Amino acid sequence: MKRNFGLSLLLVLCLGLLGGLGMVHAGEGVKGSAKADKLDACVAPTAFMRRNHFELIKHQRHITVHEGIRKTDHSLAGCVDCHVRKDAQGSHVPVNTPGEFCAGCHQFTGTTLDCFTCHATKPTGN
Amino acid sequence: MSQPTDQPTNKHRREFLAGAAAVTATAIAPGVFLQSVADAAPRASAVTDDVRYGMLIDTTKCADGCNDCVSACDKENGIDLLSKPEGASEELWEMQRPRWIRTVKLKNNLTGRVTSLPMMCQHCEHPPCVDVCPTGASFRRADGIVMVDRHTCIGCRYCMMACPYNARSFIHENIQTTLTAVPRGKGCVESCTFCVQRRDNGGTTTACQDACTQGAIVFGDLKDPDSAVSQAMAKYPNVQIRADLKLNTGVRYTDV
Amino acid sequence: MKKIHYREWGIDSPRYWGLLAVLAAIVAVGGFAVLYMEHEGHWVTGMTNQVVWGMPHVFAIFLIVAASGALNVASIASVFGQTMYKPLARLSGLLAITLLVGGLLVLVLDLGQPSRLIVAMTTYNFKSIFAWNIYLYVGFLGIVVVYLFTMMERKANGFTKGAGVVAFVWRLALTTGTGSIFGFLVARQAYDAAIMAPMFIIMSFAYGLALYLLVLMFTFNTDDRPLGDVLLRRMKNLLGVFVAAVFYFTLVYHLTNLYGTENHEFELFMLRDGGIYTAIFWVGWVLLGMLVPMGILFHPALGMQRGAIILAALFVVLGGLSAIYVIVIGGQAFPLSMFPAHTIIESGNFDGVNGMARSYSPSLPEFLLGLGGFALALLATFIAVRMMQFLPYSLADEVTDPHHAK
Repeated sequence: MKRNFGLSLLLVLCLGLLGGLGMVHAGEGVKGSAKADKLDACVAPTAFMRRNHFELIKHQRHITVHEGIRKTDHSLAGCVDCHVRKDAQGSHVPVNTPGEFCAGCHQFTGTTLDCFTCHATKPTGN
Repeated sequence: MSQPTDQPTNKHRREFLAGAAAVTATAIAPGVFLQSVADAAPRASAVTDDVRYGMLIDTTKCADGCNDCVSACDKENGIDLLSKPEGASEELWEMQRPRWIRTVKLKNNLTGRVTSLPMMCQHCEHPPCVDVCPTGASFRRADGIVMVDRHTCIGCRYCMMACPYNARSFIHENIQTTLTAVPRGKGCVESCTFCVQRRDNGGTTTACQDACTQGAIVFGDLKDPDSAVSQAMAKYPNVQIRADLKLNTGVRYTDV
Repeated sequence: MKKIHYREWGIDSPRYWGLLAVLAAIVAVGGFAVLYMEHEGHWVTGMTNQVVWGMPHVFAIFLIVAASGALNVASIASVFGQTMYKPLARLSGLLAITLLVGGLLVLVLDLGQPSRLIVAMTTYNFKSIFAWNIYLYVGFLGIVVVYLFTMMERKANGFTKGAGVVAFVWRLALTTGTGSIFGFLVARQAYDAAIMAPMFIIMSFAYGLALYLLVLMFTFNTDDRPLGDVLLRRMKNLLGVFVAAVFYFTLVYHLTNLYGTENHEFELFMLRDGGIYTAIFWVGWVLLGMLVPMGILFHPALGMQRGAIILAALFVVLGGLSAIYVIVIGGQAFPLSMFPAHTIIESGNFDGVNGMARSYSPSLPEFLLGLGGFALALLATFIAVRMMQFLPYSLADEVTDPHHAK
């Protein structure tokens, strides 16, 4: 019962993601221009990331701030760096723009993203 | 599901894994050794109190009218990316924009002698700002850096009331652009972090120290007797600002 | 002792709904101010990095202090056994709750990150008095609800004394915590004094009773309920005594500061050179807040005139707001004393160049937020007394006075 529900949720999420990625408007990210688009999987298997990425980020933020650990697969900056797309002119499109990577799922599931009130939405090379 | 244990593939897989582990270990080992000697790369293990960061300001070297340290800090920490919100008054914006470091010019009441010095978070050992924070967002890291965990900060500004040096800033407006290394957002409090983004990525200096052409700012590890800052502190008599509060600050000043 | 009858507030409908409409409008405007401040950020307020707490905090702290003081009336009955005050106890508990909720709401809505209230309620640094205050404030609400229950449910009346004692002790802890917000700050010359906590307690006595008297007289007046002279005389005398106690604490606070040379600059700022702060101190805190009310309340003739008593209570409230303004904002305006024996001649961050105070002008959104909180407290009070039996049917002399000739 639980597994069926889980599978159908996953299916729904996949469809949503595909649907989101399918739309490319002028001036927005070119499909396939992100580093992530060229990789098979994220820092962990995709299904795991879909369900648990926020736990990883939440755990990591404490570790980075309080313990100073920066060498990690789970940094938010790493996510942005990999998942940000470039537009037709070659400049980065903010990763939380509607139609970009994060919004793909977050808009569909209706969960608020608070990260980018403070964190950079494009890699600033710093 | 049980796996038969006499398949040839298992043996090959084991050999491959052992070989891969050996190669990886050989590749990593020198890096691990180097890591323990000097942080030349992103920090991979937690900070400890083996180190205490501190700073000595030689006020005789601080040039009158110079603001190089302030500009450098603004640039390093993304403060120069902020602009006055549309409709805000210039005067009010000057009082509301974040400032992690500022220069102060003093005159001795008796002798008239003028001193200039930069003022920033003093990174106290017993910070009043840490004591008063209701959520514990304002904290002192093991290596002595006093900073704000902006994930937990609720923006009550009690730490700003408590700071004897007026070192903290509250972000009064929506932030449009931030640096990846220095996130910043409306409604939280922040202050000088001794360039923690450099500390955690193998850097050894702070932006203000690098910018000061007069050599007035010396930064380093107070627990290392051979560091430049420890030697300078041993050589030049120096004081804490507001020493009567007994906060054991990490930043000391000469000739004040 | 005659049985006390309570009845819902009988003010006629048009006036009641008109009153609610006005208060609700003020609350709504306050709500819009909050949305504006939260959306734009605090740059729309007058608060800066030097004066970080402003008008909203003045209102919030006043309301919180008055809330704990409003409970005094019930404590006098339950804890100290003064039966004449017993009919007043229910309204006292109600006011304590509504004023506290109003004050807390203003405080929370001014946070830089109000959506992180959950974080504030689940993550604690127990060295911070602020963290303790969260427990003290919320606990107070719960305790007073229980206390009210014991008063209003006849079968629970036996527990009223016990609940009253707990509530009394808790409110003392609460107001001590509120005063200690300032008393524990070593950084500023206006604070860092053990007297802040007891001074806040005594202020709570005065402001709470003044607000209580105003609400009582207003509700009774509009419903033609009798409020006898015997009870009124006792309450107005008590208010006079509380105001005199505030006067004493204010005097001790300033005299002690004046004695130590290190505080002379600060005292001169407060008492002479502080511009608006000096004006508000002398006119608001001292004159209107303490001297005039004492003069009225202890005057043989004026003291028993209803209009004069109302005026005195209003002045005490005004004096309370002035006092909190001077303490909270004046205390921040005075520059930090970082370099004794030096004068700061230039600063990149308004450190008090040539001793100049840091500037602050309250902005409209801040003021509306504070006012909205006050209005909400009153709105909740009036709705509650209308819908439930908080107000005694009569406080005429023959009802309240045990010595009255039958």
